[in-house]
Amino acid sequence: MAPSNDWKFTRRDVLKMGAMSVTALAAPRLVAGGSESGLGATSKPVTAKVGMEVNGAQQALELDTRTTLLDALREHMHLTGTKKGCDHGQCGACTVIVDGRRINSCLTLAVMHEGAKVTTIEGLGRPGSLHPMQAAFVKHDGYQCGYCTPGQICSAVAVLDEIKADIPSHVTGDLTAKASFSRTEVRERMSGNICRCGAYSNIHDAIEEVAGGAA
Amino acid sequence: MKFDTPATTNPIDRLKVVGKPVDRIDGPLKTTGTAPYAYERHDVAPDHAYGYVVGSSIAKGRIVAIDTSKARRAPGVLAVVTAQNAGKLGKGNFNTARLLGGPDIEHYHQAVAVVVAETFEQARSAAQLVHVDYARAKGTFDLASAKGSATKPKDGKPDTAVGDFDKAFAASAVTLDATYTTPDQSHAMMEPHATIAAWEGDRLTLWTANQMVDWSRGDVAKTLGIPKENVRLVSPYIGGGFGGKLFVRADAIMAALGARAAGRPVAVALQRPLMMNNTTHRPATIQRIRIGTSKEGKIDAIAHESWSGDLPGGGPETAVSQTRLLYAGPNRMTAMRLAVLDLPEGNAMRAPGEAPGMMALEIAIDEIAEKVGMDPVEFRVLNDTQVDPENPKRPFSQRRFVECMRTGAKKFGWERRAARPGSVREGRWLKGLGVASAFRNNLVMKSAARVRLERSGRLVVETDMTDIGTGSYTIIGQTAAEMLGLPLDRVDVRLGDSSFPVSAGSGGQWGGNSSTAGVYAACVKLREAIAQKLGVDANTAVFDGGDVVANDRRVPLTKAVAGGDIVAEDGMEYGDLDERYQQSTFGAHFVEVRVDAATGEIRIDRMLAVCAAGRILNPKSARSQVIGAMTMGVGAALMEELVVDKRLGFFVNHDLALYEVPVHADIPHQEVVFLDETDPISSPMKAKGVGELGICGVAAAVANAVYNATGVRVRDYPVTLDKFLDKLPPV
Ligand code: FES
Ligand code: FES
Repeated sequence: MAPSNDWKFTRRDVLKMGAMSVTALAAPRLVAGGSESGLGATSKPVTAKVGMEVNGAQQALELDTRTTLLDALREHMHLTGTKKGCDHGQCGACTVIVDGRRINSCLTLAVMHEGAKVTTIEGLGRPGSLHPMQAAFVKHDGYQCGYCTPGQICSAVAVLDEIKADIPSHVTGDLTAKASFSRTEVRERMSGNICRCGAYSNIHDAIEEVAGGAA
Repeated sequence: MKFDTPATTNPIDRLKVVGKPVDRIDGPLKTTGTAPYAYERHDVAPDHAYGYVVGSSIAKGRIVAIDTSKARRAPGVLAVVTAQNAGKLGKGNFNTARLLGGPDIEHYHQAVAVVVAETFEQARSAAQLVHVDYARAKGTFDLASAKGSATKPKDGKPDTAVGDFDKAFAASAVTLDATYTTPDQSHAMMEPHATIAAWEGDRLTLWTANQMVDWSRGDVAKTLGIPKENVRLVSPYIGGGFGGKLFVRADAIMAALGARAAGRPVAVALQRPLMMNNTTHRPATIQRIRIGTSKEGKIDAIAHESWSGDLPGGGPETAVSQTRLLYAGPNRMTAMRLAVLDLPEGNAMRAPGEAPGMMALEIAIDEIAEKVGMDPVEFRVLNDTQVDPENPKRPFSQRRFVECMRTGAKKFGWERRAARPGSVREGRWLKGLGVASAFRNNLVMKSAARVRLERSGRLVVETDMTDIGTGSYTIIGQTAAEMLGLPLDRVDVRLGDSSFPVSAGSGGQWGGNSSTAGVYAACVKLREAIAQKLGVDANTAVFDGGDVVANDRRVPLTKAVAGGDIVAEDGMEYGDLDERYQQSTFGAHFVEVRVDAATGEIRIDRMLAVCAAGRILNPKSARSQVIGAMTMGVGAALMEELVVDKRLGFFVNHDLALYEVPVHADIPHQEVVFLDETDPISSPMKAKGVGELGICGVAAAVANAVYNATGVRVRDYPVTLDKFLDKLPPV
């Protein structure tokens, strides 16, 4: 079969692609023209204005439309607590909480998040006023090098909320019963956050303590 | 200060702060995202540009032409640096391959260009426009087929022999002759190699992720051809290294060259998909082990040979080193052979030598014990030695290996292990228990520090030591606090800056003991200066609770600094105690697995490590070192393998999706026991390394547990189900 270059979508195809694509199409307000066709170092990239609430503060940015939410946080807002481990959705170091759900911020463009509420590690707590999950990580030594840690903590906070919200996981046995906290559930749900230092056993103890305290 | 006689009683023995499982002092920074890693220094390089590295797409050959004109014209591009315009570059003492390739290419993904632009997106986009024409040369990529061409390495001690191995082996009542393989492995630390470089005239500052600040400062200078004094390296937080950040890598050199070309500070992080072929890895090995014993299981003859490969000028993976020391036996030989391979550079990864060596040796011990008909714990106990078996006049400084085995066996419920493999079935699961020894040498390294008692009463410690997750900040703080009789919260620890005194750095599990010994030496000097100021005798004064106690009087330390800060600087050097005594660390790993009788899926249910590693300076962070190493050992046992494309010569699975490492779901609760031990021959801290001990033997304990569960012996790592599924007992 000859390779197809046919990328023309019908309107129905676009609708079928679902909410994420719709957001992507709706969000950017393009403000600058430009091209990548070698017009020289002065030409501007395509940028768009995007506004979002990050850790309670309103942010108004004009970004290259290729900028990921991760790079918007790290390079434009200088919120470097969120880490880049792979930039490919393979490690979880970039996990942040967007509108109450955790996502890999490297896998999503910033301009897709117009009006979103974003919580990063900096928004959970600060030295001297730690979030209970941050404090539990310190107490249980749930880290070593610390590079996966912000992602682990954001994930852990969101995981407990997911269980509370009765969202099932791959290992939830009975989908009709209420989701509940268990070792297997937590390990499964946390498995998108790699810790090469291997602090898993301690991370689990930290999460368990916070979950116990919350119950 | 020189350490050349065993330590006697010293202020560390008070153990008011040292030895306590205190929380890490850098914990609040790490858990709030406020610890600054290399790529995150907007504070010091606010207007930096971004570099994106282009890697070679051939493994060996030459660049015929490189066209950067399109990339240069792309939006936002400030500079494109290749070997053509980089100027003359040297090669670091610790590098085997050059960090910027061209025209000759030495390995796949060797850097061939860095594209610098205003933004990351622009640099990434323009990097795709660099066009390189290569002339591919024939390379050698397969260790198994290159094994015959392997030669005796020139450096080090490739071969050892004592007694007459061949004769003794031939005469042994029970023998084993087996070959094992371990694959290439990747450090895969979570923080990519990253650097921000800034020039001020001819002086270069690198904010970088590097385990060995002074080595790397020298190698940056050598590579760029500038004086070492003109280079400053800053590396206060490092997102994991495991040996992968021991040396200068392309990120640092590309950032420096990019910054020089662009006239601006430049940040470069190696892209994740580039890391595994661009940087170093743990080389694959083929290991042949022969063991001959008496009917009762006493080793008469033991031989360990290992083959590995590396680029021209590289070295062998020293997989036989533990076999020279771990078990008794009068007739023994070891040998290492090195083949030339054109794969990326092989180099140190967590416990180089012992980690892959123990993967093989400890399966072999399990096999020979079974042949003898002995429990593998008892077999190891029977073959213990208290002296260097190749040089019996040389004792171990401490060797509580048997106690590790016995303690672990008892705690783990080893007596419940069924000797007959494949015989325990619980529902769909076959269950098994496995054991292996843990062994890793203890190295001591010269290390210095500067300590300053400030008028405020705070104590500041500065050393270029690094914390790669090992807990250096905390144990150095604990050491200084103990020496000056202060609570830990009155100590500030500053690390990882080449403007501080040169330390041991983080490698070979020497960092903890060596760097704290350096701080000890500086603190002894500070105590003398304080005592002199207060007019008391430094040798009899007790530093306690923020006071100096002498002649039945208590004087606050702050009194000594009323007129100004007192600074002291010193380091620890070592005599020949490590030659007179063999210094090693010991342990025992126990693992319980279950294997799905139908699908062969392996799950680990329990893990225990018992360690004898001298004084444990902080049981909390030391335990983390060990569980982290156990986790990496699980990876080595069950999943980690860089798959070689033997045609084109590169590691195929070069990202975190395809190079599998353990995740939460793979790891059970892990237990660690430290034997209460001090080793006064090691240093005044009486401590030894522990971060690498934890990985040595783990993989074999897992493999032995899988064998005990299934009755199928796998000798080629990783132990994946395709290697035993067809041999499982009938369901
Ligand atoms: S950086 Fe986003 S998943 Fe790795
Ligand atoms: S703490 Fe280092 S990767 Fe998790």
